[in-house]
Order: sequence, then structure tokens, then C-alpha cells
Amino acid sequence: MTFEPKIVGILCNWCSYTGADLAGTARIKYAPNVRMMRVMCSGRVDPTFVMKAFAEGADGVLVAGCHPGDCHYIDGNYKTMRRMALLKKMLAEYGIEPGRFRLEWVSASEGDRWAKVVNQITEDVRKLGPAKFETKKSKRRIPVPAA
Amino acid sequence: MAKINLASYWAAACGGCDVAILDIHEKILDLAAAANIVFWPIAVDFKYEDVEAMVDGHIDVTLFHGAVRNSENEHLAKLLRRKSKVLVAFGSCAHMGGIPGLANLFNRRQIFQRVYHSSPSTANPEGIEPQTRTAVPEGELTIPEFYDTVRPLDDLVEVDYYVPGCPPTPNQIWNVVQAIVSGQLPPKGSVVGASDKTQCDECHLKKNEKKITGFKRIATAQPEQETCYLEQGFLCLGPVTRGGCDTRCQLSGVACRGCYGPPPGVVDQGAKAISAIASVIEAKDEAEIERIIAQIPDPLRSFNRFGIPGSLLVRKIL
Repeated sequence: MTFEPKIVGILCNWCSYTGADLAGTARIKYAPNVRMMRVMCSGRVDPTFVMKAFAEGADGVLVAGCHPGDCHYIDGNYKTMRRMALLKKMLAEYGIEPGRFRLEWVSASEGDRWAKVVNQITEDVRKLGPAKFETKKSKRRIPVPAA
Repeated sequence: MAKINLASYWAAACGGCDVAILDIHEKILDLAAAANIVFWPIAVDFKYEDVEAMVDGHIDVTLFHGAVRNSENEHLAKLLRRKSKVLVAFGSCAHMGGIPGLANLFNRRQIFQRVYHSSPSTANPEGIEPQTRTAVPEGELTIPEFYDTVRPLDDLVEVDYYVPGCPPTPNQIWNVVQAIVSGQLPPKGSVVGASDKTQCDECHLKKNEKKITGFKRIATAQPEQETCYLEQGFLCLGPVTRGGCDTRCQLSGVACRGCYGPPPGVVDQGAKAISAIASVIEAKDEAEIERIIAQIPDPLRSFNRFGIPGSLLVRKIL
């Protein structure tokens, strides 16, 4: 059986999700491997989301937001830019190949760019093969706060 | 009031948690008055066979320090779980993996290679490595099996309470002991002996709006002692660390390293630290951002120093 990468996409509501929508309405053909999740702003993307995606079996994670300067909330995507840069460094220390994680800027009018970005990460992850995480086996319970 | 049966055990730990218990000073006599010590390897001469001979649930409370690193740790974790009514993960190692958990960036092969072959102080011309079983004329000798991955206690057994800290502070230990003895324990799974606020909430340093243009290290620069260390560019995990230790590090002039673990609601302390610290970096240009974060050479070990085995990703993929 050939390996089909499972990729989690986290998209901002105002640009990238609308851009992906445009790719759909324009009937652009592209890889079906990204499972999309909509957030109001890429600034909402907590690094925890990315790690959780990897921990629960994603082979790759794609975060997409408005181009710098175009954020609906003025500077949410600048925060994302800084957070994801630092996160990339930490993921590398965990042994996660750089190709498995991407931050991309896709505007509402860039349906074709969205298709290109998805095809690109899908190919990169396909070359890398399935992620080798063992975290699924752990039965960790998250401590509840004291009453 | 009947005395309770108390046990304390160290797995992969430095012994600091045991010392922290002794650091309650003369209150140790009150502890002895309230509890029978039934097992405490560092202080009292009981053997593992004595624990094995107990009926299940004989121990009222076990304070378990240390992570699980080898088969002996695992055996004792499971044994003490069976014999104890209440099992407490005591200290950072049992809580989240702690300092021994930094070894999860390597595997057994790499660790053995370093320790028994390549470290500069090692002389081992025959290349001997520890074996779990060794035949000698008198019979067979066994030592525990060393695992690839360090794990926190709750990865193996059900844990009733967590006491964070490296080590937990003595006054918090005393609060926990009192809660145990009086039977006034919070719901199962709670973190006890700590507060529900972050370090920053309890920190005495003056805080203003944070805008970081560069990072410094405490080894090479001296922080000014009135203002928030993070504002001055020293990595401080105060925003993502549970309070309750009376901010001892900050009072001593160094930044928080995160031993009390994540505050309530936070899943992964390291991920949250990235979120908090990256958002106050003052830069909007990719090259400038790269320049600033290059001054954090090791984000994983800086932000998850005490919790790699307890983090979402558990270990380095090799």
C-alpha cells in the first residue's frame, strides 16, 4: 500500500480559509491530504496545537495566515511568525524533520497558491514517509487543577 | 487519631526530594508522631521484600520521587501502587520526568556509548558494558534493565496526587503532610502543595509592557534586581509555571526555570513558553526575528527543562 500523508492544516478565517474556499469554487485540482481546521486568526495558533497534531498521528502540519501587513487583527500574524520560527527550532530538537512543518501566507484571492502550497507539503511529507512517533502508546492523563 | 502508614521511595531521582522532606526540620518529629514510616530507603532499613510481604493497600500514603528509567523503578512503581491507598507523584521527576528526562533526547545506545566508552574520564579498554545478567562462579548476578525512554510515574500507574517542584519547598511539603494526616484531601488527580496561579502572579519584581529585542544569559550578564527578568531579556519561565514556591529563584536573583510545571489548563509547558516568549519579541521582520531567536540556542531544554517525558512529544525521535 502506498503511503498517503495525513497533514493537519490550521487556517485563518479571513485569508487562508477563504483562499482554500476559492480553490474549491474555482475547481482547482490539488492533493486531498490536508485536513483543514479554521481558526479566527493565525495568531490563535498555539504551538500546543501543532505538537498535539504530531502527538496524535499527523505526518505533517501546515499553518496558514494572511500575508504580513494584511492581518484582519492588525498584527496577529506577526505573532505567528515569531512563534512558529521558535517552534520550528524546538521541533527540530524533538527530531521532527523541517519538511513536516510549514508556515505559509495565503490570501483570500490566492486559490492557486493554496493548491500549490498543499501540493508542496504533501510531496515533502510523502518523501519523508510516515512520522515515527510513539506518543500514542502513552496513557497520560492531564492533571486536573486543585479545587 | 490512629497513625497512618507512610512510605517514601526514590526511583530515578537525585535524592533532593528526600532531603527536602528532612528540611521540614523539627517538624519531622511531628511527622513521626502522626505516621509510621513503613518504607523509606534513604532513611530507614526496610527491604523490597518487606514491601512485597505487605497486604495490598497496607500503606496509606506513598510519596514517590523520581522518574521511571529502568526495570527496578518500574517494578517498584507497580508494587507501591498495589500496596498504597494513595500514591503521590512527588517532585518534578515523578510529576513530569524532571532532569533525568533530558535523557529522552538520546537512547540507551547513545547513553552507553558516552558513559562507558567515549567520555574523557572513562578508561574501559575491554569495552565492558553493564549486562542485566552476569554469570559468576557463585551463581548469576542481575541488575535492572536500562530503558531507552524515561517516563513520568503516571505513564505507568494511576497517580492520585501530584506535588510539583525540584524539589518541593519544605513549607509546601508540610502543608501536604498536614492535609494527608487530617484526611482533607482534594479531588483525585489534583496538584497539591502549589498554587493555581502562575509565578508571575506571585513574583515581586516590577512588571511593565514587555518588548524584547535580544536575549541575555544569566551566566554572562547581571540582571537588575527590581524589574521583571524577562523584560530585561533573561529567559524566565514565570509566565508558564505554576506558583507556590514563594518565587525562591526570583528572590535569589535568577529567573524561573519552570520546575513547578505548567499552571492549570496548560497541557505542554514548553509549547506555552514559546507562545508567551515569542509574542513579546519586538520584531516584525523575518531576518530580525531569526537574529533574536538565534540567541535562544536550545529552546527545548530551556523551555521544557523539567518536563520532556511529560510533554506532548515525550522524546526525541531517533
